Amino acid sequence: MNPTNLMNPVNLMTDALSKAFSNKWLVLALAIIVPMILSNFGNSGLRALAMAILFVMLALGLNIVVGMAGLLDLGYIAFFALGAYTYALVSSPHLAENFEWIAAMYPLGLHANVFLMLPVCALVAGIFGALLGAPTLKLRGDYLAIVTLGFGEIIRIFMNNMNTPINITNGPKGITLIEPAGIGFWDFGEGLDLGFYVVRPLMLYYYLFLAVTILIVIVNYNLAQSRIGRAWVAIREDEIAAKAMGINTRNLKLLAFGMGASFGGVSGALFASLQGFISPESFTLNESIAILAMVVLGGIGHIPGVIFGAILLAVLPEVLRHGVEPLQLAVFGKVLMDAEILRQLLYGLAMVLVMLYKPKGLWPKPQNEDKATPTATPVLAAGSAK
Amino acid sequence: MSASLLTVTGAGKRFGGLQALSDVGIDIKAGTIYGLIGPNGAGKTTFFNVITGMYTPDQGTFVLGGKAYNPTAVHEVADKGIARTFQNIRLFGDMTALENVMVGRHIRTQAGVFGAIFKTKSQRLEEAAIEKRAQELLDYVGIGKFAQYQARTLSYGDQRRLEIARALATDPLLLALDEPAAGMNATEKVQLRGLLETIKKDGKTILIIEHDVKLVMGLCDEVTVLDYGKVIAQGVPAVVQKHPAVIEAYLGTGH
Repeated sequence: MNPTNLMNPVNLMTDALSKAFSNKWLVLALAIIVPMILSNFGNSGLRALAMAILFVMLALGLNIVVGMAGLLDLGYIAFFALGAYTYALVSSPHLAENFEWIAAMYPLGLHANVFLMLPVCALVAGIFGALLGAPTLKLRGDYLAIVTLGFGEIIRIFMNNMNTPINITNGPKGITLIEPAGIGFWDFGEGLDLGFYVVRPLMLYYYLFLAVTILIVIVNYNLAQSRIGRAWVAIREDEIAAKAMGINTRNLKLLAFGMGASFGGVSGALFASLQGFISPESFTLNESIAILAMVVLGGIGHIPGVIFGAILLAVLPEVLRHGVEPLQLAVFGKVLMDAEILRQLLYGLAMVLVMLYKPKGLWPKPQNEDKATPTATPVLAAGSAK
Repeated sequence: MSASLLTVTGAGKRFGGLQALSDVGIDIKAGTIYGLIGPNGAGKTTFFNVITGMYTPDQGTFVLGGKAYNPTAVHEVADKGIARTFQNIRLFGDMTALENVMVGRHIRTQAGVFGAIFKTKSQRLEEAAIEKRAQELLDYVGIGKFAQYQARTLSYGDQRRLEIARALATDPLLLALDEPAAGMNATEKVQLRGLLETIKKDGKTILIIEHDVKLVMGLCDEVTVLDYGKVIAQGVPAVVQKHPAVIEAYLGTGH
């Protein structure tokens, strides 16, 4: 580390942060304890945390596509939407109300269990991910971004308009009365009475999301350290060289699109079970951009960085919403600036600062180049090496 | 002389109105270093790209290791047994030197998504084998101690070596080098020559495109000289060097 780096306040702050959060057990303990504390202050904090965890899943999924394989995807929210709609359709009264044959087949209504539906949603989203990836295989950079952006919008507009002539998605009104997560006759809405402590519904959701996220993190790490993960990074670094090394770039890109999308599908199903209501307006381009911003801000391709970025950008608006107006009232005696406007301002400012001082993200992959200078060439050629 | 490894007869390639290659034929014997030289624009790189699957030839028959060799996609080339390096080094810059070579093992290993996600026993054994082999190859080309450095931080000569190690990781029948000495100083060229001779001694076959005539003449067992997409001379370096057509192509005709 050179002295100019030490002088830089952004670096100082992020170095300290990354040191503190490198201990996975500490992070896990925080992830378990913080909601218990927050639950004493009403539901809004817990809800923000649950949503933050959902965004962590989404960011990790997008990180496979953008971070590892280097395929810029601006329509990622579509797979979140697909997961959410897949679960919503099979666990709400909507289909039975609109199709007599379904009502006849299931007189008690459709009540699919979210745990059983998670793999299905992952599969549906994964298949769509690969299908939408297929036409984009020869594109890269800006062109790829535009096409994926288009696909993302197409999926949303489909959801918005598929209420006529056959009502499948209920259009802009969305789908209501989606089953909460649960097992058998017990569902998360009732909470869990442990005798000495009642776990509230939102906390149950939070811990469910946390468990799924931990699984996703493990899958991500295992993939990153495998032959598949290396092939993805090779494609990102130099596609022509990757091909020359025998990597089937077409299949591996499709796999990246599919794997990334399947994580989106899982988090979509969880989102639908938490909200109980979904409509196309939850799945706009803005959400895709927000997830991409989390990946880029945190540290593209670096799993802890991506998690950090997702939590930061998901929690920050909530903090502002609850902190800014009281603060302004206390300092100026009146509210000068709306929290939402300030959020946009800070978002922009944060992006500019990161691009200036930390172009690889707040917590990028550690590099080996600083530790020594690899300039000394071995004195003797390979002749003696074997 | 030993058996032929790669035999090309009557290769042709046309780009619009330009006949880049016409009726080019070479015969590379196993265990030798074969040189391909010629002035700028002679068609060396086109021929190289035809062999390595980047271009599809218009005509010609190709036989590699006794089997017909007609790659339809670039990624099949490495599988069939030809590994290449690039004139303008193309490493995976953000990966470590070790990881670069590990990517080279991709085609010779098979763990899939399932194995990767669940870290099955066979996957872990395979990973360990990949890593061991990659480190061996780094040691072999003489940059073993830089295994954990990002590839783009290596010096120019070491990056060339890393490219060769990565190509060797695919267990190639033929190692195809596109101007490996480009941009090297005299010392580095001597070291490169030592490395290539070691690789040859260990039984690999090498095809080399090079501008540096001195290096090619000293290193190669056989050379082909191309000019305007045609073979103008072929044979052992000492003979080719004196061939009037070669002298004319390089120095021009006497007045």
